[in-house]
Amino acid sequence: MNADIIPARTPAEIFLADAFNASRGRLPGNTKVAKWRADSFGVFSASGLPHRRVEAWHYTDLRALMRDALPLAMAPSPETIDELRKEFAAAGALVRRLVLVDGFFVPELSSGLPQGINVRSLASVLSEGRPDLIALLSSQGLAAQDSIVSLNAALMQDGVVIEVAPSTLIAEPVNLIHVTASPAPTAHFSRSALIVGAGASLRLAESMHVANRAESVRAGQANACLIVSLDNGAKLAHTAMVMGTAPGGVRLESVMVRIGARAKFDSFALVAGIGLVRRQMFMRFDGAESEALLSGVSLLGGREHADTTLLVEHAAPGCVSRETFKYILDDEATGVFQGKIRVAPGAQKTDGKMLCKALLLSNFAAMNSKPELEIFSDDVACGHGATCGGLDLDQLFYLQTRGLPFAQAEALLLEAFAGELVDGIGHQGLIKVFRREVSAWLSTRNRPAAARAAIA
Amino acid sequence: MLEIKNLNVSIGGRTLLDDLDLIVRDGEVAALMGPNGSGKSTLSYVIAGRKDYTIETGEILLNGESILNLEPDARAAKGLFLAFQYPTEIPGVATLTFLKAALNAQRKQRGQQELSTPDFMKRVRTSAGKLKINQDMLKRALNAGFSGGEKKRMEILQMALLEPSFAVLDETDSGLDIDALHVVADGVNALRSPRRGFLVITHYQRVLDHVVPDRVHVMAQGRIVRSGGKELAVELEKNGYRDYVVESAVA
Repeated sequence: MNADIIPARTPAEIFLADAFNASRGRLPGNTKVAKWRADSFGVFSASGLPHRRVEAWHYTDLRALMRDALPLAMAPSPETIDELRKEFAAAGALVRRLVLVDGFFVPELSSGLPQGINVRSLASVLSEGRPDLIALLSSQGLAAQDSIVSLNAALMQDGVVIEVAPSTLIAEPVNLIHVTASPAPTAHFSRSALIVGAGASLRLAESMHVANRAESVRAGQANACLIVSLDNGAKLAHTAMVMGTAPGGVRLESVMVRIGARAKFDSFALVAGIGLVRRQMFMRFDGAESEALLSGVSLLGGREHADTTLLVEHAAPGCVSRETFKYILDDEATGVFQGKIRVAPGAQKTDGKMLCKALLLSNFAAMNSKPELEIFSDDVACGHGATCGGLDLDQLFYLQTRGLPFAQAEALLLEAFAGELVDGIGHQGLIKVFRREVSAWLSTRNRPAAARAAIA
Repeated sequence: MLEIKNLNVSIGGRTLLDDLDLIVRDGEVAALMGPNGSGKSTLSYVIAGRKDYTIETGEILLNGESILNLEPDARAAKGLFLAFQYPTEIPGVATLTFLKAALNAQRKQRGQQELSTPDFMKRVRTSAGKLKINQDMLKRALNAGFSGGEKKRMEILQMALLEPSFAVLDETDSGLDIDALHVVADGVNALRSPRRGFLVITHYQRVLDHVVPDRVHVMAQGRIVRSGGKELAVELEKNGYRDYVVESAVA
């Protein structure tokens, strides 16, 4: 006889249940949305926070790593918005920007949007209840089993819904800035959507900003979803700079992408200077002859933990997917890469490849790399590769014999390792920004141990 | 001037260099010849500061100063240069970026000012032109995907820019076609000066027709077994190394 095991709920899970019950009446949306929220919370509470026995979360045991949950963030006050406006002006902040403050869309801080883009807050979309948008927002698709995505649906406070009209071509990046401004650590639940119409193209650059006033309390928890729909012939170039959370901070990002026919999705993420980050992408090719290039670089030190988990489903024939991810791991950091390519029956002429390369700079750093291929068609080309090791000693010696001190030789090689993927972004301005962040991380690394400990 | 005195080097308990003595004076080009496995490349690595080896006894002096306790980059800053037998490919590092970093790192260690970009570019263009290295090659990643000849020319370009007081050339002639051999030999000859010494490691006498040595040393089983003038290279070409291998094995 088997006994059903009912795991004891952790303090974090109990806190989240209380938070949902206390706030469900206040969270935005009509009655249909309220039911969706309740169902989603049911999915979450049935399994709780994901843990090592959930295969997709095996290497990021959230139940163990996130002991406590934090109170939900409040919408930013007018004073906060005013301060941020001054801060942005003083810093010469990016134009063409959409700003989320503690997960809430703030139109007053957003500016410079090009023609052909329509933007609304998630809260207003949920209240209006336009069926097509609600259907898109609630289409968890490949992420249906993921309890973190369900938790996000239950507690989503706000976000931004971006629609790009068909045939609109926007070459310069539209910036989506996630600001942390709350003076005390809080939990943010945001859900955003991006619909790129047929034949349209957009470059979306996500970045993070910590408001001056929040400098001392960066250890918040964020659960952010981005739902992307690319219509036939649409193009999206997406970059994400995931930085600026402190040790103890948790950032969970889920990107759900549906790709139509002859469309192109290009995505690059830099993860650096974080506490715990999980980025999961669920991507489905719904139309033939489309292309997706996913890449990213994670730079980790201290006890940081970064997890990139990808599920790419080829449900249509003739599509190309490339996943290329690199990790540099120092100190006691942990990296996780899980890439799964699934080729559905009938998705012939699929071309899917994944590659993960990790450099371990310390004996105490760890890398978990798990490539998976599930192939149900017979005329496909799929491959995977993973490497894990230290820097090439021959290369280091060669550079040293030319006069470069060890630290400089090492930094040059590390910059080259990470820079290869940065250079693939395809936009000179963004390449420069990302290159600068990589260099900044490397220069922090070369500080004396004591100075680094103070940062970690 | 390079002086090697009573040098004993081992790796994992196996002796590679056995009581080796060698002096190469300023302005002198010394050829080092010897059969495969005699320790020529080991010697070049030990001089440059590779850490895989155990120095049992002995001394290496560069311009009268001991360098054995110095890191490879400090040796370079003191004026030492090694042209590698197999130059390492460094993907992702543009050749020009590397050249500038190397040159300025050495200048910094010597307490000199960094070169300005125009000044640096002028030097590179002058030296690169002589070695038939075009701008396109300088923009590519260092040695990555370079042909054998391109890699060797790049080594000579680095030597020309870094202006060492002593250079070790480890089989720089191997793998070169006749035209490339001329380019490389001309590059080396252009750098010969009364204040610069060379140790040219080679298997073949042919390169020594172009870079004419002042002295020829024969190495076998980790030591110098015979030294002579340039005619010794011709004799070796005719008779091979058999005598030296047997001789030293008996000894």
